[in-house]
Amino acid sequence: MGESHDKCEESLHLVYHYLDGELTEEKRVLIQQHIDDCPPCFEAFDFEAELRVVVKRRCFDEAPPDLRRRIADALQHETLHDPGDPEYGPGSNRLV
Amino acid sequence: MADQARFAEQAMEHMSSLYTAALRMTRNPADAEDLVQETYLKAYRGFGGFQEGTNLKAWLYRILTNTFINSYRSKKRRPEERDIEDVEDLYLYRRLGGLEAAAAGRSAEEEVLEHITETEVKEAIESLPEQFRMAVLLGDVEGFSYKEIAEILDIPIGTVMSRLHRGRKALQKKLYDFGRARGLVSEEPAING
Repeated sequence: MGESHDKCEESLHLVYHYLDGELTEEKRVLIQQHIDDCPPCFEAFDFEAELRVVVKRRCFDEAPPDLRRRIADALQHETLHDPGDPEYGPGSNRLV
Repeated sequence: MADQARFAEQAMEHMSSLYTAALRMTRNPADAEDLVQETYLKAYRGFGGFQEGTNLKAWLYRILTNTFINSYRSKKRRPEERDIEDVEDLYLYRRLGGLEAAAAGRSAEEEVLEHITETEVKEAIESLPEQFRMAVLLGDVEGFSYKEIAEILDIPIGTVMSRLHRGRKALQKKLYDFGRARGLVSEEPAING
């Protein structure tokens, strides 16, 4: 780590922002350059990335076939003329 | 305006993701199934207001979490909104000796990762207090952006970041504890760095 210790610290501090893809392009490039040049930081980033994959892969449950059937049946019974749920009706779509 | 008739073809593919999240939130398969079913019914009824081309999955998650928070959780309030123990960044990696081992050219940490079981990951996530658990589920399991999580949970982005950060550290501590209990990792003093 030596003379670039500050860079190591800064990079490790931003490891999640980096993995989350939430850094500015300028910052991302700087971090990328550092971890390409610094094996210990690279290892740490690699570990965190790998852990993320492990958590995602090992936290999955298939929806039971029974539930799929129940939901399909329930939706069939809904009519297209349902007044709708005001909570999620027009104007509630904020995820644009 | 989205066509309700097209709801099924677009929304059904997200069911296992939603069921996974519902299970982690309710920690009970029967409740998780009810929560997912209610989510689909609400989404179907409100689908007319959904703008096609925008993020359907995030919209479904918003309904799921709102349903859980507003109606479901109130039925079974848990005295769990305690705070979580604050541990250092990169907790697991440091405990596994990572920063020192990497400098010395060894790397056994990834092997430990391979041995973490599904049950341990699920239990570790379920052990997190609810607000941290939701952030970790949405961020790490579902891969939503900070902005999407902020909109799903209706909280500021700064709050998303802090919950994610603390939730991840607590998750790592739990995974480390599991690993230690199973003898996957040896008792090593924390490495400061």
